[in-house]
Amino acid sequence: MMTSQAPVHTPASIAEALSLRAAHPEAWLLAGGTDIMVYLEAHAIDPPGFIDLWQVADLRGIDAGADHIRIGACTDYTAIIDDADCQKHLPTLVEAARTVGARQIQNRGTIGGNIANASPAGDTMPVLLALDAIVELQSEKRGLRSVPLADFYTGYKRTVMAADELIAFVRIPKPSAADRLHFRKVGTRMAQSISKVVLGGRLRFDGDTVSEARLGWGSVAATPVRSTIAEQMLVGKPLSAQSISDAVAALAGDITPIDDVRSTADYRKSVARRILRSWLETLAG
Amino acid sequence: MKIGFRLNGAETTVDVTPMARLLDVLREDLRLTGSKEGCGEGECGACTVLIDGKAVNSCLVPVVQVRGASVKTVEGLAEDGRLHPVQQAFIDHGGAQCGICTPGFVVAAAELLERDPNPDAVTIREALAGNLCRCTGYQKIVDSVARTLASAEEAGR
Amino acid sequence: MAGASTHSPHIGSGFVRADGPAKVTGAALYVDDVRPDDCLYGATVRSPVARGRLLGLKKDPAFDWSDVVIATADDIPGENVVALMTDDQPVLATGELRHVTEPVALIAAPSRDKALAAVRHVEVLYEALEPLFDPTESATSPIRIFGDDNVFSRLEMVHGDGLDALGRAESAGAKVITGTYTVGLQEQLYIECQGMIATPRDDGGVTIFGSMQCPFYIVKALKRVLGHEKLNVVQAVTGGGFGGKEEYPSMVAAHAAVLALKTGRPVKLIYRRDEDLQATTKRHPAIMTYSTAVDPETGELQAASVDLLFDGGAYNTLSPVVLSRAILHALGPYAVPHVKLDALMVATHTPPNGAFRGFGAPQVMFAAERHMDRIARELDLDPIALRRANLYRDGDVTPSGQTLFDVASIEVLDRALEAAEKPLPPSLVPTRPGGGQAAGRRASGRGVAIAWHGCGFTGNGEAALKGKADVSLDGDRVVIHTASTDIGQGTDSIFPAIVADVLGIDVERVSNAPHDTADVPDSGPTVASRTAMVVGGVVKQGAEKLLAALRAEVGLGDEADFDTLLAARKSDATLRVRAEYEDKGAQWDPETYQGDAYPTYGWSCMVVDAEIDTDTGEVLYRRLVQATDVGKALNPVLAAGQLEGGALQGLGYATSEAVVLDAQRRMRNDRLTNYIIPTTLDAPPMETVLVEFPFADGPFGAKGIGEIPHDVPAPAVAAAIEQATGAVLDTLPMTPEAVLAALEAMEAGEGAA
Repeated sequence: MMTSQAPVHTPASIAEALSLRAAHPEAWLLAGGTDIMVYLEAHAIDPPGFIDLWQVADLRGIDAGADHIRIGACTDYTAIIDDADCQKHLPTLVEAARTVGARQIQNRGTIGGNIANASPAGDTMPVLLALDAIVELQSEKRGLRSVPLADFYTGYKRTVMAADELIAFVRIPKPSAADRLHFRKVGTRMAQSISKVVLGGRLRFDGDTVSEARLGWGSVAATPVRSTIAEQMLVGKPLSAQSISDAVAALAGDITPIDDVRSTADYRKSVARRILRSWLETLAG
Repeated sequence: MKIGFRLNGAETTVDVTPMARLLDVLREDLRLTGSKEGCGEGECGACTVLIDGKAVNSCLVPVVQVRGASVKTVEGLAEDGRLHPVQQAFIDHGGAQCGICTPGFVVAAAELLERDPNPDAVTIREALAGNLCRCTGYQKIVDSVARTLASAEEAGR
Repeated sequence: MAGASTHSPHIGSGFVRADGPAKVTGAALYVDDVRPDDCLYGATVRSPVARGRLLGLKKDPAFDWSDVVIATADDIPGENVVALMTDDQPVLATGELRHVTEPVALIAAPSRDKALAAVRHVEVLYEALEPLFDPTESATSPIRIFGDDNVFSRLEMVHGDGLDALGRAESAGAKVITGTYTVGLQEQLYIECQGMIATPRDDGGVTIFGSMQCPFYIVKALKRVLGHEKLNVVQAVTGGGFGGKEEYPSMVAAHAAVLALKTGRPVKLIYRRDEDLQATTKRHPAIMTYSTAVDPETGELQAASVDLLFDGGAYNTLSPVVLSRAILHALGPYAVPHVKLDALMVATHTPPNGAFRGFGAPQVMFAAERHMDRIARELDLDPIALRRANLYRDGDVTPSGQTLFDVASIEVLDRALEAAEKPLPPSLVPTRPGGGQAAGRRASGRGVAIAWHGCGFTGNGEAALKGKADVSLDGDRVVIHTASTDIGQGTDSIFPAIVADVLGIDVERVSNAPHDTADVPDSGPTVASRTAMVVGGVVKQGAEKLLAALRAEVGLGDEADFDTLLAARKSDATLRVRAEYEDKGAQWDPETYQGDAYPTYGWSCMVVDAEIDTDTGEVLYRRLVQATDVGKALNPVLAAGQLEGGALQGLGYATSEAVVLDAQRRMRNDRLTNYIIPTTLDAPPMETVLVEFPFADGPFGAKGIGEIPHDVPAPAVAAAIEQATGAVLDTLPMTPEAVLAALEAMEAGEGAA
C-alpha cells in the first residue's frame, strides 16, 4: 500500500474533461484504474494529479454504424464481450476481451485505457491493428482527429497523443464477408495472464487470392506492431505452402522480442512463427 | 475529500484522499476486514467486492470512483441473518479451506449467480478465473457454486 | 465408548467445518485484520547483495525520521539467533551478509506507508565479497558458508549388497540404466502473506499473535532472542501454510518482538507479496542421478545406486530433515533388493530453502518416476506394467530394512486406472479463452505416476517429542487444547469430531481452545502429515481419559453415557486431562538409517490427461484422477479437498511455477502476475478416489494425507507429455519454453535424419 495524495479532477462530461485536460496537462487520465493502480502500488509512477474519466457517461457505449463500430474509450471489456454487435462483427475483439485478466479486470478495464497505456503486451491491440482500427483523439482547442492505430505508437510507452488530448472513441471498420479473422494469445496460464505473444490476424480474399493481409502482434516489440513484411509475402497470390513459408520467414524482419522475466526472445520468435504458420495452414486447408 | 456511496445498503460518507484504494478505505477506515489483500495488483481476487453489481478488485479502485455507487462487500452478502446461498454452499461442499480467498470467491460467485443462477462448470471456471486459491485445487469451489441453486431449493422446501 | 448414545458418528461423514461460517462471511480474523490500539507498523531492511561485509546503515538525511524507530542487532535483548536445528541463522545480520534479502535492520513507524517509505530511505553499506552459488562446487569451494565444508547434512544408506550390486547384476545379464533429473525452486504461495503482531506484556514479556503452523517453534526461538521465557504465542486464523509457515514465522515473530520491546508498543509486521516471495523459504532445488540394474526381460529392479544433491541456501533451517525424507523416499514405491543411496545438502549464498509440503519427497519422486519411465523406454516395456511388477507389496522390505504393512500400492493403481477409464463429460473441461483450439495442433497424452509417503515424523521422532493434548470439561461443553493449528486442512474441525465420537455427543458441544501457548501443551508442530494421524490419536486418548476420569469421579461404569455421567457430577469444577503420545516401540537407528523409518505409509496413484499445444509447448490439463490411500477418511469432503489442493500445487510445480533469479539470486518474478500458479481455467476437473487401508495406530485407522498429493503430479505430467509428443523432459519446471525447446529439438533431429 502506498497511497497517492495527488488531487483528482472529476469531470462529468467530455467538454468538462477536455477543459480540465487543457488546464492540467501534467495530470494523468484515469479510466478503469487497472493499470494505474498497479503502477502506484509498485511505486513505478507518481503523477502530480489525475483526471478521472470514469463518470463521463459520453465516453462509454458501443454504436454500430453501417460501416463502422464506434466504441467509447471508457467502455469496459465486459460491455464489449456482452455486446451483440461486437459479437457479430468483431468476434476476435470479443475473444481478446475475454482474455484480459479475468472477470474483475474485464468489469473495470477499458478499451481506451488499454490503448493509452501503450503496453506492448496489451491483449486487444493486435486485433485492433488487424481490423485497421482508428483512434479518435479529442482536444478542447482542435476538436476530434483520427489516427490509425497503426500510427498511434511512436516508441515504448510513447504515443502521438498531445498533452491536451484524450482518447474519445475507437472506430473499427466492420470486416467484410471476404475477411478471415484470427486471434491467438499465448500466456503462461489461461486467465490472469500477461501475454508472451499475441497475434491478431485478418486476411481478405478475392476469390482464392489474398487481397489484403493484416498481422498485428503483441509482446514481440517495444509497441504493438504489424508485421508488414510478412503481410506483403501473402498479398496478391493465393495462400500456398510457399507463401506461408515466405511470410513465416519474413517475420524475423518484423519483430524484435526481448528476454524478460516472463519469457525469452527465442521462445517469442519461435512461437510467433509457429502460431502464424498454424493459422495460415488452417486457412489454406 | 468527502466521498459518499452506498455500502452494503447503507448510505456512507468517508473523508479520505481520493486516490486511496477502496480496499484500504474498507479495511482501515470502515473496519470491514472481510475483503482481503493477497497481492495488491488485481491478480488474486481476494479483495473482490461488487460495485453496482459488478465484481471488481477493490485494490484497483481508487475510492473517488465509487462516488454515488453502490458497494457490496462479503459482509453484506448475508441478508436478514441468512447466509447468501453461495456462502452456505461453500460451507456444505468444502469450498473453503484456509479461507483467505473465500470472501473474494463468494462475492465473485454471487455476481455470476445473479446473471446465471444455474451455471455449468465451464461458465463457473471462467467467472472465477480472477480468484486464486492455493488450498482446494478449485474442484470443491466449482462444485459449491454448481450446487448452490439445488442446495438453496432443497433448503427452501 | 459410551453404549447408550444414539447419536450417529461424525467420523467418516462429511460434517461441515467448524470455521466455515466465519470464513464465508469474512468474520474470521487473520492477523492483518487485527489492529491493536496504539499499534506501530513494522518493516524490514534487507541485504541488497548475495554476500558482503556489512559496514553499516546510512539514513537519508532528507527523510523525516522523527516518528521512526530503527532497531538493529544491538537491540536484541538475548541472543541474535533464530533457534531451530543449528544456531547458524541470525535474527539480524552482523558482520557478514550471506544472502540477498537477509534481514539487517527493522523499522517501526506510525503507518505502514511510513514504515515502507523509511525502508527505502535506508541504505545498507557493504563491501561485496565473492559469492558461492553453484551447489555442485559448494562442498569443495574455499568459500565458507557453513562449518568446515558447507555441508548441512550428508547421508548414506546401504541395503542388501548395495555397494557393488550394480556391477554384479550387470555381469549377470542385467541392464544398467542411468539418468539425471533436476528440479528447481518452488514457492509455497499461501495467499495470506507472512505476518505477526507483537504486543508488550506488563511483565516485560511479549505476546505474539500471527500467521503460523508451529506456535512452539516460535516459543523455542523467542526464548533465546528475549533471553527469558515471558512470552506466549497465539495463532491467528491462518491463510495457508504448506510448510512456508513452519519455520519462517519464527523470524517474523522475532523481528516484531524486538521492535515491540524497543518501542513499548504493539508492532504489526505484515509482509508485502514481493517481500514474501523474495525473502522467505522455498522448496529445495536438487540434482539427482539414478543408476538401476534391471532384468531386461521382466523389468525386475535388481539393484540401484542414487546420488542426491540438494541446495539448502545460506542457512541450515530444516534442511537436514528434508534430506532425510528425500533419501528415505528416493526409490519411490518400488522394491529394490540391493541399494546404495548417497545424499548431500550443501550451502550456497541464496535465500535459505525450507519446509514445503512433501519435504524432499516431491523432488526425489519426480526423479524416481522419470527414471521408471526411462527404464520402460530403454527396455521397451510398458510403463504401467513395469511399475506393477516392482511396486511394494505387504511384507516387502524397504532400503531402511522396514517391513511394510497396509500397502495399498496395487489398489491405488487399479482404482485410479479404473476411474480414468470412464469417460469424462466434455462439459466439465474448461475451454481456453484466446483461441488455439485447432485440434491438429494439440497432442493428447496420459501419464501415470505412483507415490508412497511416510506419514508423520521420521524414525523415533514422535517417541522423542511425546506430543501432548489436553481435553477439558467446562460445564456441559468439552474443550480441546492443542498446539496443532488449522491452516486450512481442517484440524479445528477434525479434532472435535474425534472427541465427539469418543464421548458419544454432538460435535456442536466440542470446541478448540485458542492455540495459545499460555494454555495449550506442546502437541508438536503442524507438519509432516502428522496432525490428524498422530495428534488426532493423542486427542482421542485424551477424550477416552476424560471419560474415564468422569466415570471415576461419579462412580459409574461403562453403561453410563456421557450425559448420564455429567448429570451425576456433584461438582461443576473444570475437569482437564492430558494425553501424551505413547511410544509404539518403533526401532530406528539414526546412525545407520536402518529401522522403522515411518509409522506407516500412504499410497497414491495420479493419472493426468493433458493436451500439449505443439505450437507453443503449453501443457493444458484435461483431467486429473487420483486414487489415494488415506487409511480412513475422517471426513471425506475435507480429505478430498486436501488431496485435490495438493495435486494442483503439484501441477503448478510441473509446468508453471518457475522461480526466476537475478545475479544476486533475488527472485525477479516476485508478484502474482509473474510467479504463475494455476487458475480455475488451468486446473483440470479432478476426481478423487479415497482408498482406505487402515493404519492400526491411527485414530479410527487414519493415515496422514497432507503431503502425498504433491508427490507425483509432476512425473505424471512428464509422462503425459512423453506419450503425447515423444519429448522427454527430466527437469522441472517443464515450462512452455522447455517443452517447445524439446519439441523443436526433436523436429530438428527428424529433419536431419
